[in-house]
This record gives sequence, structure tokens and C-alpha cells, in this order.
Amino acid sequence: MNRKLVVSSSPHVRSIESTQSIMVDVLIALFPVALVSVFLFGYRALLLMAITVFTAMVTEAIWLRRRNIFGDGSAAVTGLLLAMVLPPTLPWWMALIGAVAAIIVGKQVYGGLGHNIFNPALVGRAILFVSWGSSMGGNIWPGPKLFQFGANLAAVTGATPLANQEEALAVTFSQLITGNVAGCLGETSALAIILGAFWLFSKKHIDWRIPVGYLGTVFVMGTFFGGGFYHGHLSTGLFHLLAGGVLLGALFMATDLVTSPVTTTGRLIFGIGCGVITMLVRLFGTFPEGVTFAILIMNALTPVIDNFTVPRAFGEVRRGA
Amino acid sequence: MTVKTFPRGIFLPHYKEFSEHEAITSISLPKEIIIPLQQHIGAPCQALVKVGDRVTAGQKIGQSEAFVCAPIHASLDGTVIAVEPRPNFNGKNVESVVIAVDPDQIEPTWPERDTDKLSTAEIRSAIKEAGIVGMGGATFPTHVKLSPPKPIDTIIINACECEPFLTCDHRMMLEMTEALVEGARLIARVVDAPHIVFGVEINKPDALEAIKSNLGRDEHITIVPLAVKYPQGSEKQLIKASIDREVPPGKLPLEVGVVVQNVATAIAVYEACRYQKPSYERVLTVSGDAIVRPSNLKVKIGTPIGFIIKECGGIKGAPTGVESDEEWFSVPLPKADPAGKIILGGPMTGWSQSRLDIPVTKGTSGILVFSPQMITETDYKDCVRCGKCVEHCPMFLYPNFIGLYTEQGRYDLAAEWGAIDCFECGICVYVCPSNRPIVHFVRETKEQIAAAARAAQNK
Repeated sequence: MNRKLVVSSSPHVRSIESTQSIMVDVLIALFPVALVSVFLFGYRALLLMAITVFTAMVTEAIWLRRRNIFGDGSAAVTGLLLAMVLPPTLPWWMALIGAVAAIIVGKQVYGGLGHNIFNPALVGRAILFVSWGSSMGGNIWPGPKLFQFGANLAAVTGATPLANQEEALAVTFSQLITGNVAGCLGETSALAIILGAFWLFSKKHIDWRIPVGYLGTVFVMGTFFGGGFYHGHLSTGLFHLLAGGVLLGALFMATDLVTSPVTTTGRLIFGIGCGVITMLVRLFGTFPEGVTFAILIMNALTPVIDNFTVPRAFGEVRRGA
Repeated sequence: MTVKTFPRGIFLPHYKEFSEHEAITSISLPKEIIIPLQQHIGAPCQALVKVGDRVTAGQKIGQSEAFVCAPIHASLDGTVIAVEPRPNFNGKNVESVVIAVDPDQIEPTWPERDTDKLSTAEIRSAIKEAGIVGMGGATFPTHVKLSPPKPIDTIIINACECEPFLTCDHRMMLEMTEALVEGARLIARVVDAPHIVFGVEINKPDALEAIKSNLGRDEHITIVPLAVKYPQGSEKQLIKASIDREVPPGKLPLEVGVVVQNVATAIAVYEACRYQKPSYERVLTVSGDAIVRPSNLKVKIGTPIGFIIKECGGIKGAPTGVESDEEWFSVPLPKADPAGKIILGGPMTGWSQSRLDIPVTKGTSGILVFSPQMITETDYKDCVRCGKCVEHCPMFLYPNFIGLYTEQGRYDLAAEWGAIDCFECGICVYVCPSNRPIVHFVRETKEQIAAAARAAQNK
């Protein structure tokens, strides 16, 4: 009687948003950060980004036996995020191994996007960090050479401002805002990171609770317990916010959809937890920076946080409430 | 004007522009009507007629002794040609009375009664005899809803019409305002409720004004302007928004002293009390991007949807001229494959149809015809834990976990995460970037839990 009418379960309208469109939005958000890193670190930045992004996409396509290299775009995001947390002088083959590890060990062994427990980019970084610690930084970092595309970075070494008080006193507020300071590709310029994050906020892909919980904790702990660390133009709390990888971590890494809690309360707890662990490492640990491991540890706690922060159902009155 | 609303939910595109300015009209006579003997939640009716019987419009043709049941009436004059199971909108076959419609109809006349003189028992029995059910789509028998075991202090008239596309309630508010207000007063009288609240979404300012100007100086009636947010018209969300009470999980609105009635139901109540007119016709919206003439129509219960679509000019992109295999109730479909989608009800909670001989029932609020471009992909991917479903769920549930556990066959855990409290508004599926059919998973879990309960009972 009839030609084919589509029969399906309700609802019959959908929002235009897809996993791919979210991933493309994240790539757009990372654009200013990537651009600034090229201004700061020249061709090295471009090389590392190209290697990690391409390797990540190809690795995933091979693993999934998929023809479309871009796919849902999540591999490109992982690759680019990984590049953002690599030092500019890292040998290219290490970056390649990091990208392969991020996709396979960080994501696909769990069953692919949505099933991974840890942020894949940070898994890649952690593996590189424990494998080639000296190349992954420490206290001595290659400094930026502003607007010199072909610059030999190894010639200008600096130290991360988090290394000791002396280094901390040597940096200025404007350095931390623009990113003209030693550090990983994408973590130095606060301005670029915040600009990118605005895009994600406007698209409602990230919830304010994680960054606010994270950054708020870092600021408060920095102000009260970072005492005497820095007496320059900035308060110690503000210094801890802007130096190192906290901004990039709080806005781009901790907010990863897959590895953060889905409850609103849980997200706040998650952010605060990241902040506390980061500051404990910075103030009392052997490493100058603790963002990577703070987020990875909180990733592991995400299911527990979700379980303990179940909101009351509509109309339900909690005992004791 | 303070605009109230409920927590969470989502702002959807309205799509009301297709039909909101179309006045309610009628269509020509169908050749046959198919009247299902169950158009309500509860016990099915038994047929009172047999093949060959003559029936007239308004004649009772089905009833049951059960309390939770609403009698069924013939909607046109004609001859019964079959009493047999026929496909219904929900995909099930339902015992139906098929009537060959007389080409000449005698417009039924109804004696007017003074509604002020009716006792509550008389009103209730008029509602029951008229076979009125919740016409917003829930189809719960109205006389049962108006026999609450607990005292009721507020009647809320659901004038939200929060589903996109649908405009029939809106048109009724404008064109039948008096009947609506009188119906609301009658409903309040039945349950002895001192307060009446009209909850109207503010995208219908003309309806708001119309109701206001019909109230006179009645101090017991208030109009609450509500935000245009989905699912504002869901009972529990409407109660929360308009009078700030929360219905506990698994309970009915009467638990908090409220009865909610839809606009169309209130008008039907008025007509039943005033004229003793049975519920055998209703106003519905025919809309969608592929219908030639979007309309708001008053149609007889039992009219096949294909015939109604044909009366609205047919489907855009379909071949013109009658095809050889076409039956009287059928309408040509576009040559494309898929040809489109036909939905009974709204786009968020409605039922997509595979056939055109499905009859309009008391709960049919709309017929939507979608072109292939409007059809959403049915493939889905893994959950990426974005949490958008949790963020928007008006019942504060975890749709993501319900979906994941249903996929694993762990219906017990899916129920624990709230599958039973879900009223299937569809927001989780709407927002899901992985396109997961969570509402479908919820239905699967509900079915499995019910089956397990039945099995336990039979042991």
C-alpha cells in the first residue's frame, strides 16, 4: 500500500549537535592557543602539533579500521591537546610515540571514545614524562623566541617560573598573560587560553563548575599556603593561577566530557579536587608542576564522585532535608 | 508580568508558525470511519453494535462495567460493516467498530441545560456518559480523575501546549474561550476546589488576553504566564511552575491537592454538561514541513489519517493525480525513499506511523507530516558522558546511565537510576550528541520491569 515511511521511537526532532560538532568546536577553541605557540616557539611548535595531530588521527583510523581519518574528530583533539602540553624542544619521534600511546593506551584499549577513564592527551604526556623525564622538562625549560620562526630554541634556556622563588620573581604579569615565558607549547599564554575557553563556554560545551572549582582552589591555596613564594607585582594566588599549566588544565583538560563527572555537584568537587592535588604537588612535591597527575587522579575518582552526588529526583524529599 | 517556570528542561524551536494563525475548520465526509473500542487508559469497551446495525452520530457503541473506562460513541451516521481488530496508532491491533458513513448526515441537535443547576453527581455522570478522556494525549478517563480520594484545592488548566508544531489548544483558547472557562468552573465544582489556575505559555499572548477578558471578576481564577520551555505542559512540571508544589515520585498530582486538565478536555466537559454532547470529535493540528496546507481541524473520531492529510492538500513533493493502487483514504507519498515520516501527536512524544488507515482517536492532538530532510538519523554511538541529558532532565534523572544499563540488560540498575520515574519527554534524546535513543531504552526497561513483576505475581 505505502512506500517507505520511517517509523522510529520518539522524539522525532533532534538538536543539530553531534559528537563531531563538539570536537570541531574544541579544535576552534584551541586555535588561538596554537597560533600563539607558533609566535612564541616558531617552527618547532608547528612541527610538534602536525606530528601529534596526524599521528593520533592515523593511529585511531588504523585501530578502528576506518577509512575516514578525521572521524568524529576526537583523535585530532587528543593530538592537539597533547602537543599543547609538550615542551617545544621535544624530539619529534617522542611526540610521535606520545600520540600513539595517547590514542591506544589512553583511549582505544578501554573501548574507544566514551569508555576511557583517563584524559587520553594527559595519558600520552604522563607516559612521555616517565619515559624521557629529562626531555619532558623539569626545572630547566627552553625559553620562547618571540616572532622568530626558525629560531634555535635550545640556545635560550630558561626555567619554569614555578621552579623556585628566584625564577618566580623574574617573571612579570605581562609575561604570564602573553605567554612570553618558558613552558609547554600551549600553557604559557593566559590570554589565548581564556579566549579559546570563551568559545567553549558560549557553545555550552563546558560547565563553569570544573574550571571555577579548580582555579578557585588554586587561587585560594596559593594565596594562603604559597606564602612567601612570590612578592612581585602579583599576589601569590594570582601567580599560581597564571604560571604553569593550571589554566590550560582547568579549561581544556579537566573539562573533558568523557572523563569528568556528569552531576553538577560532582563537577564542582572534581574541580576542587584537581586544584587541591595540583597545589599539594606544587608546594610540597618534588616536581615543580602537578596539573597532569592531579587531573589523572581525579579522572580515576570520577565514577565514585558520580555515585555519591546523585541529585534528588524531582519531587523526592531526602531524609533529613 | 512575571513569567514562571520549572527547573531544567530545554528551549526548543517552536515550529508553531505553520498553523498558529489558521482558524479551526472542518473537512468533508470520509467514506468509512474506524472507531477503536479502547481509546483510553483502562479496561477496553465491549461493542454494543453488530455488523449491519444502523448507527447515528453520538450513539453509544461501546461500554464496559469497569470503573476506569470511558464509553465510545459513533461519530457519524452510517452502517456498521465490521467489528474486528484494526491497527491502532501505537502499532497494536485494537477491536474496532468500522462504520460505512452515510452520504447525507443529519446534524445532531442537543438540548441545552443550565449548567448552574447541575449537581456534582450530575456533572460527573455527564462527563462519564460523554466518554471524556484526557485529550492532551494521556487519555486517562476524566470522570476517574475527578473522583479523587483526597481533597483537591486547585484545578490547573494546562494551556501550555509545549510540544513544537501543535497549535490546536491555542486555537481553541481563542475560538472557544467561553466554553473553556465554563468547563474549568465545572471541573472545579465537581471536586469542590476553591482555586482555578490557567497555565499559559507566553508565546500565546492573544490566548492569555482572551481568557483574561472572559473571566470577569472571578477572584478564584488566576492566569499564570509561563516560560516557553519544554516540557512545561507535563503535569508535574506545570504544577511546580504555576503553584510551586512538587509531586512525589510515583505519585499523582492529587497527592498535593491538584488536578490538571487540558484545554480540550475542559471544553469537552463544558459541552458534555451543557448539551450532553458525547466526545466523538476533536480539534487537532495538521502540520509539518511537508503538508501542503497546515491546518487546525475539527474532525470526527475514527477518521483515517490518510484522508485528513488528503483534505489538507496532500504531501509536498508527492506525485499529483490519483495512482491506480490508491484507496479512498490514501494519499500519494513522495517518490523518494524514505518518503518521509508521519507522526501522531507532537514531535517530542508522538508516534510515527507506517500506515495511512490509522484512525484519529480521542487523544490525537496532531498529525505531522515530515519531509525526508526532517528525518533524524537513527544510528547511534557510544555515550561520551557529556552530561547534557543529566543537565536538562526535568525529573532530575540520569538518562545516560539508564541507557547504558539497558544496553547491558541490567534492567534492575536502569530502574535504580530512575527509568520508572521517566515520563518520556524526549529531551535526553534531543540533546544527545551521540544520538542515543534513551527514551526507547527507558521503554524497554519499563516493559522488562513490568514483565518481571507479572512473573513474580504468577508464581
